Amino acid sequence: MAANFAALRSKVELALAGRVAAPFNYRGRQEVVTVSSGIPEIDLLTGGLPRGALTEIFGPSCSGRTSLLLAALSARTAQEEACALIDGGDAFDPHSAEAAGVELRKLLWVRCRNVEQTLRATDLLLQGGGFGLIAVDLSDIAPRLVRHVPLDSWFRFRRAVEDTPTILMLLEQESNAKSCASLGLRLEAGAVGWSWMPVEGAAESGLGRAADYSRLPWGWLLEGRSARGEVSRSRMQKGSGGYFRGGFAAEPRVASEGEGIFKTRIDWDFFSLPIAVKRK
Amino acid sequence: MAFAAIHVANFMVQAVLRAEVEPRDHVELRADGELRDRAVALVDGTAPLINVVAANQAAWCAGIQLGMAQTQAQLCGVEIRRRSRTLEKAAHAALLDLGWSMSPRVEDHAEDTILADLAGLNSLFGAEENIAREFARRAVELHLRVHVAVSANLEVAVHAARGFAGITVIPEGEEARHLSGLPVQTLAPSAEALETLERWGIRTCAALGALPVLELSERLGQEGVRLQELARGAHARALVLVEPAEILEEEMKLDDAVEDLEPLSFVLGRLLDQVCARLAARALSAAAIRVRFDLGDAFEREEQVRGKNATAAVMAGAAAAAAEVQAAAKTYEKTLNLPVPMRDSKMLLKLLRLQLQADPPPGAIVKITLRADPARRRSTQHGLFVPNSPDPEKLELTVARLAKLVGNANIGSPELTDTHRPGEFRMNKFFAQPNETRARGKAGSTGNKSLSGGVRRPTTGCRIFRPRLAARVELREGRPAKIVLRGLYGRVMTASGPWKISGDWWRGDAWQQEEWDLEIQFDGGDAGGSVPVNAPANMQGIAAVQDAKVQMRAGLYCVYYDGACRSWFVRGMYD
Repeated sequence: MAANFAALRSKVELALAGRVAAPFNYRGRQEVVTVSSGIPEIDLLTGGLPRGALTEIFGPSCSGRTSLLLAALSARTAQEEACALIDGGDAFDPHSAEAAGVELRKLLWVRCRNVEQTLRATDLLLQGGGFGLIAVDLSDIAPRLVRHVPLDSWFRFRRAVEDTPTILMLLEQESNAKSCASLGLRLEAGAVGWSWMPVEGAAESGLGRAADYSRLPWGWLLEGRSARGEVSRSRMQKGSGGYFRGGFAAEPRVASEGEGIFKTRIDWDFFSLPIAVKRK
Repeated sequence: MAFAAIHVANFMVQAVLRAEVEPRDHVELRADGELRDRAVALVDGTAPLINVVAANQAAWCAGIQLGMAQTQAQLCGVEIRRRSRTLEKAAHAALLDLGWSMSPRVEDHAEDTILADLAGLNSLFGAEENIAREFARRAVELHLRVHVAVSANLEVAVHAARGFAGITVIPEGEEARHLSGLPVQTLAPSAEALETLERWGIRTCAALGALPVLELSERLGQEGVRLQELARGAHARALVLVEPAEILEEEMKLDDAVEDLEPLSFVLGRLLDQVCARLAARALSAAAIRVRFDLGDAFEREEQVRGKNATAAVMAGAAAAAAEVQAAAKTYEKTLNLPVPMRDSKMLLKLLRLQLQADPPPGAIVKITLRADPARRRSTQHGLFVPNSPDPEKLELTVARLAKLVGNANIGSPELTDTHRPGEFRMNKFFAQPNETRARGKAGSTGNKSLSGGVRRPTTGCRIFRPRLAARVELREGRPAKIVLRGLYGRVMTASGPWKISGDWWRGDAWQQEEWDLEIQFDGGDAGGSVPVNAPANMQGIAAVQDAKVQMRAGLYCVYYDGACRSWFVRGMYD
């Protein structure tokens, strides 16, 4: 029996020679290095985004996935790290990215048309290496198509990114990577924040005239929206766990006519939702 | 002071064989040797007068003679090659690069011979014999076999390199003794002088050097005196320096026109190897690679229509312009601009292949000219605070592969353009060089700070619909109340706007929009996607509606009224 086992073991090692260094050696769990996601509440909840691992962020539309992506990109590019975004649905908005603080010159944007292209592009970028953050955005691809991505693709990505300083971030509507993800974060949309206040519309504004707020018409103003997040999977021993509630502020509205800049509304105080971190 | 003369024996033959050597590494060097041991004769001329103009030692032994007709030469069982002046030019350039790889002071003495000043090289390579060996070793890397002679006298070094095989080192003061055995022909006398010397029975340098100067001058004039000085090793002159070439160029004419990319890759690989070896010899790298393909008859047939147009232009009096059109039409150029100077021929070949696959030449190729713009090698020393970034060479290859996958326009680094037109941006080439100064400054920060210095509040991201999504909007008291999107009916819960924007009124593509931020609640929103991917077409249609329902959930949308086309569109969704 023992001889058979040894023969089998040597056969497996021979078959994997050159690809896996020591297939039967126990690999101790390494200390996971995490970095800020750009949102302190999420860092507190998860312990940050793990390097050399797959992070899965999923949730329905308008649940804050893109806002979280932009915050993470902003944090990484601010550290002069090269980032890549593989945009499965070609939905990335450079304007809102810059407003979120992303340094666009440090971002490689790959605009894909379907799942196959997205997966192939991810493979190529992971092979190339050297990126601080690689985000794979499958948010706009129908869940029924993403569900058909074989599990070994996610496993391959996980292995490719292991022992590298790269954060691999996957954004989808549903969780698909399952156990291949080191960190899973489910987001849910919260309330939208509106405020009823004097709003100067471009139609009513006098060009170059200082705004007299007491005489302005009143209207609704989008201030931001809240989101709720919950850790669905985590291999790290960091973070408080549980769920978080946080707010994403809307960009200030700027209207322009005739290429002259007439700011009809700027520098309002942003809507700020109460942020609470609760433990389970 | 010592000088080295580097001479390529059988230069014409070596120039041709150099282009046939399989590239790279020791295996190929062995192939190089095997190729050179074969009997090869070069022919030149126009049919039917095609004669042998050069041959290697094995071919001479096989019975080849200069001036022999090609048909006669074929009977001797030797390999026949056509003489190529372009290859000779490339081999000569490689020879000069060999000189510059060791010494900055090089003389271009002849097509097959160069001279290099060895001053200061002893501290690097040791004795003069070692320097000569290093020259020979580096020549092998350039696929050349050279004879090297070192002497304090320039002309002695040249004649020794031409007269003796291998490495010859002539100590100062022993020039005449070393040259004594060489035939007079080595000194390259004129035909008349050589004939006279032969009549006198003077066949070696020693015999010529022993003649009385006065009598020699009376009979052969100044040439006789000069020849005797050369034979004695007493002719002194200064080194005539030559400047290094700005651009490295390699050419190859193809016997048969090549249409497919696969065989073309072999030729390109060979040329790139030669260029990279030359760059390495000068401690340089390539900042850009330019390839020019001369297209053959196949292309001319395809371009007959264009030719007719050019003829019409000639008739209209634009003869020069038409000639230019035709000249440009027969060549196809491709430039590979590199983000950092590199000289890895394998990497360059991959990049070139990817470019050519994306945009192949429009016809059969008969000649390839490859030029490299030399540049200093980049330094790879980074600071302690610089974060990890992709290797520029690897990144270039990755980006090229991605460009092949998604298209050139769909990859890069976005840059906002200087306009208020919504959604305007341009794609730039992505460079991943970290800024060390900035990185050092930010090493301690968390990176989520705003410009004002405070902690940046996370902002709402927007997802853009490309192409823009048409919508039907019902207004109530001038505000959107209901909306139909992708066949789904939605109620507007809250609306903020209108935010009027317009611009470019002085241009034909002026724009005028009224933007609204809408919170929309769709009726019958959720629909579980359970239709398989390989379902029949009618089921796929149902699946598409289900997908739309899944995406079009209640949410925040940016909707605008386009004043130019008087329609409503959805710009994007706040996520």
